[in-house]
Amino acid sequence: MTSYYHSYLAVAVFVGAALLMVGAMLGVGRLVRPVRPQAEKYVTYEAGSDPVGGWGQSNVRYYVYALLFVMFDVEAVFIFPWAVHLDVLGWYGLVEMAIFIIVLTLGLVYAWRKGVLRWA
Amino acid sequence: MLQLAVDIGWGWTLAFKTVLVLAVVPLAALVLGYTFLLKMMSHMQSRLGPMDPGGFHGWFQLVGDGIKFLQKEDVMPAEADRRVFAIAPAVVVISTFLVFVVVPTGPKLVVENLDVGVFYALAVSSLSVIGVLMAGWASANKFALLGALRAAAQLIAYELPLLLAVVGVVVQAGTMSLQGIVHAQQAGSIFGWHGIGFPFILTQFVGFLLFLVASQAELTQTPFDMPVAESELVAGYMVEYTGFRFLFFFIGEFGTAFAFAALAATLFLGGWSLPWVHGAAADLLGIPVLFAKLMLVAFLMFWVRFTYPRLREDQLQSLAWKFLIPIGLANILVTGIFKVAF
Repeated sequence: MTSYYHSYLAVAVFVGAALLMVGAMLGVGRLVRPVRPQAEKYVTYEAGSDPVGGWGQSNVRYYVYALLFVMFDVEAVFIFPWAVHLDVLGWYGLVEMAIFIIVLTLGLVYAWRKGVLRWA
Repeated sequence: MLQLAVDIGWGWTLAFKTVLVLAVVPLAALVLGYTFLLKMMSHMQSRLGPMDPGGFHGWFQLVGDGIKFLQKEDVMPAEADRRVFAIAPAVVVISTFLVFVVVPTGPKLVVENLDVGVFYALAVSSLSVIGVLMAGWASANKFALLGALRAAAQLIAYELPLLLAVVGVVVQAGTMSLQGIVHAQQAGSIFGWHGIGFPFILTQFVGFLLFLVASQAELTQTPFDMPVAESELVAGYMVEYTGFRFLFFFIGEFGTAFAFAALAATLFLGGWSLPWVHGAAADLLGIPVLFAKLMLVAFLMFWVRFTYPRLREDQLQSLAWKFLIPIGLANILVTGIFKVAF
């Protein structure tokens, strides 16, 4: 059990170290770089002309993709433990997983037929 | 008391490994950037600029670029959401660093051999989507927002083929630990012949191709580079960034390329192992062997990048959902049947 916690403690330590390093790099950058403020520099870039309308709006076309993604991602989470223990589960496990995957594929086919997968 | 001594030893080893890996990742990004982006691209596309500085093959180009990044002013647009804008590149680069925790370079040379190795690697590598979205949204720029939304749609669409490609390997090895996968390949045999072990590319060739295509999209490399399409979105979510923060995106991109090449080499080509080398020799040879294999994979990835034109956004989405994901699912079932039958 200790080694289990140790391995994730290692990850946590690594995150801390990475944060420190990123901070240090930005700190060094701050010391080295010049600062010459001019109002024009802080205008939003729009290919050289004056920016129009500030914050842009965008049509989030892919929210259905995001829903599909959640479905398949959770599925992947279920498949991994099955994959590790397949030699123990044998044919029984295989048939179970085949049914599971077929049901999911049906879902994908349904979405496909409904035209969800068209970027329009 | 003994327990305490062990703990201290563990702490120092961890500290040492952490510092080493953190130093190696930017270096790795530079190596890839230099060999492939500057030199291979210049040769393949007849680009004269990067071949000039310093005389011999333009070796000074990368140093010059580094110095340029160091002395760039840090310009933050007045409209931007300052705090989110500042943090976003750090999120991207840290997610890259985290992948390297589990990549093994020898029997003992790994920061931490997690039981869920592959799973962890893919999970942390996909954290960069958050950084990309933060960058695009906080810039308050239309190009940046469009680029970030495209990037997010692309990264989540290709996350799935990547996961599904890996499942085949996990089924064959019976473990998610990257060390375990390497050992399974080293100890394996082809019909009783132990000459080259059993690199999983032999049976998981479909998985290998899926993994390469999906990682190409995860890295937003041509032909999947719509999020950063320089001719229409200027640079997508990076458009407002300068200096060190821009450099972070660069390190993130090439560091992740290095990490995915290392993962592909580990999962499909046997990683650090040579079939007849064990013990201390394997520890010594592990790093050069893994490096050679991953450079081979990286060469493939960049070869594609410099050869093909950009796809359209809808073509990209339908490629993932209508081809790669069904193929990935079929691959899992076929692998499962072979595993249970034999």
